[in-house]
Amino acid sequence: MGWLAEASTKYRLRWKRRRLLFRALRKRRQLSPVIDRTAQIAPGAILAASTVRNEAVRLPFFLEHHRKLGVAHFLFVDNASDDGTREYLAQQPDVSLWSTPESYRLSRFGLDWLTWLMIRHAHGHWCLTLDADEILIYPHHDTRPLPALVDWLERTGRSSFGTMMLDMYPKGPVRAQEYRAGEDPFEALCWFDAGNYMIQKQPVHQNLWIQGGVRARCFFADEPRRAPTMGKVPLVKWNRRYVYINSTHALLPRDLNRVYDEAGGEETSGLLLHTKFLHTIVDKSAEEKERGEHFANSALYESYYDALVENPDLWCEASTKLTSWRQLEAMGLMSRGNWI
Amino acid sequence: MSVGIIMLVHTAFDRAEQVARHWAAAGCPIVFHVDRNVPSKTYNTFVNAMSDLPDVRFVKRHRCEWGTWGLVAATQEAGETMLAEFADVRHVYLASGACLPLRPVQELIDYLADRQTTDFIESATTADVPWTIGGLDQERFTLRFPFSWRQQRYLFDKYVQFQRAVGYKRHIPNGVVPHMGSQWWCLTRQTLSAILEDPERKAYDRYFRRVWIPDESYFQTLARLYSRKIESRSLTLSKFDYQGKPHIFYDDHLQLLRRSDCFVARKIWPFANRLYDAFLTDQDSAMKRTEPNPGKIDRIFSKAVERRTRGRPGLYMQSRFPAPGREGGLTCAQYSVFEGFSDLFENFEPWLAKATGARVHGHLFAKERVEYSDGQHVMNGALSDSAKLRDYNKRAFLTNLIWNTRGERQCFQFGPRDMIEEIEWDIAKDPNAQISVITGAWAIPLFKSNKNFSDIRKEAALLQQIESEHLKALRSEWAKARIRIWTLAEFIEAPMEPLQTVIDEIGKQYQRGLAEVPKMADLTGFGQFLQNLKNQGMHPYLMGDFPVAHGRHEPQQSKRKPYLVR
Repeated sequence: MGWLAEASTKYRLRWKRRRLLFRALRKRRQLSPVIDRTAQIAPGAILAASTVRNEAVRLPFFLEHHRKLGVAHFLFVDNASDDGTREYLAQQPDVSLWSTPESYRLSRFGLDWLTWLMIRHAHGHWCLTLDADEILIYPHHDTRPLPALVDWLERTGRSSFGTMMLDMYPKGPVRAQEYRAGEDPFEALCWFDAGNYMIQKQPVHQNLWIQGGVRARCFFADEPRRAPTMGKVPLVKWNRRYVYINSTHALLPRDLNRVYDEAGGEETSGLLLHTKFLHTIVDKSAEEKERGEHFANSALYESYYDALVENPDLWCEASTKLTSWRQLEAMGLMSRGNWI
Repeated sequence: MSVGIIMLVHTAFDRAEQVARHWAAAGCPIVFHVDRNVPSKTYNTFVNAMSDLPDVRFVKRHRCEWGTWGLVAATQEAGETMLAEFADVRHVYLASGACLPLRPVQELIDYLADRQTTDFIESATTADVPWTIGGLDQERFTLRFPFSWRQQRYLFDKYVQFQRAVGYKRHIPNGVVPHMGSQWWCLTRQTLSAILEDPERKAYDRYFRRVWIPDESYFQTLARLYSRKIESRSLTLSKFDYQGKPHIFYDDHLQLLRRSDCFVARKIWPFANRLYDAFLTDQDSAMKRTEPNPGKIDRIFSKAVERRTRGRPGLYMQSRFPAPGREGGLTCAQYSVFEGFSDLFENFEPWLAKATGARVHGHLFAKERVEYSDGQHVMNGALSDSAKLRDYNKRAFLTNLIWNTRGERQCFQFGPRDMIEEIEWDIAKDPNAQISVITGAWAIPLFKSNKNFSDIRKEAALLQQIESEHLKALRSEWAKARIRIWTLAEFIEAPMEPLQTVIDEIGKQYQRGLAEVPKMADLTGFGQFLQNLKNQGMHPYLMGDFPVAHGRHEPQQSKRKPYLVR
């Protein structure tokens, strides 16, 4: 009866995908265009999509880094920023911007909005779905831009690329070092947890549920199940019928989640360096606790916000200092696979 | 006399043009074949762009799909044109638009001028090489392949199965022996013209049209019939991955390509500006006159294949998560597990650390917290000492610990008081584990404790039950670890021999015998303690036979002379 169960799961997921697509379709009215430069998008261009709220501090570096990697056009949704994010993005020549005052949580943390934009503009393109605090790196990213990576992925018959989020943190209390827009955030946030990640395979969606890292160590040691999910599939050769399920941790159709090798070998993979722990985290946490827009069940995460508001020091003696992607690759945090 | 270049082009025309001009500048005539799938507008632009070069020809376009006859037909067409139009060409070099000359063209011309009758074509019989992808070796010459492997995979597979089922076998014309090899060759005019003007060519063409991947076997086979001297190697550096697809070279391969001393490399990523700039600018620097040596970089490529297919055993990450049983080793390095030793010996951990130089932890799976060595709260890789985090995924905890401490032997204590469910099986099944057990030693802390006897009895019964379950795992047929089990009575009879064996296995550098002996707990009255348990109805059997009376093997054991192996 195994095949029957399999078939029914497939059928269920198919309808789930359609439901989510329909949901995105309904939510399209919540978006109003600020500036639409999507006419610039050339065939084959690599796109990035992101929902942002008050990220003026992070965006200059975010844009610079991903432009350098070869992202040709950015699709942004601004969710009621009041720190100049909107004005800043509108000025950028390679950005198309929409805005909405509606609830981030009710839009599945911005995904419904992005799904709609990607249906419209990302069909047939390799598309990178990121948060503003995520910086994509992969093996050889300093010498081989994204077009080289996606070319190679296509040649090896893959249409998605797996990564893990790596929480970067400073040494000393998180608020001690002030970050100014445009600077390299990894000057200060140069420490990470190298080897405390725990992986389970999710039977239904077949993605890897990765937990661990500094947040699990410092904030969820008593409740590991609630520790944040670190695995992501941010880079996908998009089709308008695809949809992300839960942040970019997993998507449908589920074959796209199989970014790992199960026979013992290593696929090529990358990392999302997470710049969450800039000095702004302390004030932002206090605000997020108030808003309750970041978790489906926000009350359960109050102690997490409380710990962040206290300006913690996340560093420990066993923290590792970031030196290069080769270091991360050698430590097994990402892999070249056979892309040498 | 010169070298003629056949270029097969289907994409990246600007790069093809750039390379063609480089060849032409050294006086090489060029014949282009452009894939018929290229739109005629693009084709015409390309033809116009090349029109200022005198010694350039274009031939009739064929549809070139990987693994099909089109590539051979294109090559034949271009070869005929080359031989007819450029009478002074002695060697014909087959290249593609993604090929890049690595050494000055003049060096290649000189090299070939010194070897006027040599054909450079990789050519081996199927029996001798393990190159084939997809399980077809000899069969690619004896079955028919009318369907495309890329686009009609289902039909392809079914048709192969069908032919196997009915026992179909093709006749190979004139009994030629099929050879195969890299499709990028360099043939002399004599050999190439002999192949193209062969009166039997029709028969050969008809045969090879239905062979699988004829571009890797047509010229490779026929050259064997006519060549006066074959060097079975390609002058083009071309590396293939485990799926049979060519590796692509990027900017960061510059030094690697330089080191290879090869004349031409493929495939080059069209946007690898640094490579094109470096190799296509005039290199009037000293001529090397060295033999091409792709072997220098072979190791790097075979490593890559291994990384992709076997991965790093003991590593679990976002792109390597082997299904159960396919890990190739649960952990990445050997480690030692000690059960009962720290109960029997008072200073076992520091003693072991001193004797072996290994990292010795306490009970890593203790209920309250992870007892790392030296009371540390976080270990390498920021592994936390929280028992909850550990118990959330014990297997990940163990594999992480061993991975994070690569290069340093790990030892830890283990026992029925720990959270051993599940992980005991993982350890027992792990060939990297070395497990040494003194059964029943858990009774010693009870014996020394100051608890009420009824509580002791209860605890003893529980621990005995857990340990006997645990021993089942260690003795099961699935256990792959190196396991040694002694009963307590057996062990204290002659403790140094087992200790020496275990230690020898851990540290190869400390094989001179143990200088110091760990201090054994005082067991005076232990026999009576066990008898009391028995009297209360709880039968402790895992310790082995312990006499009730003060036996000869009791406390004085610790005063024994160190046992010396040699």
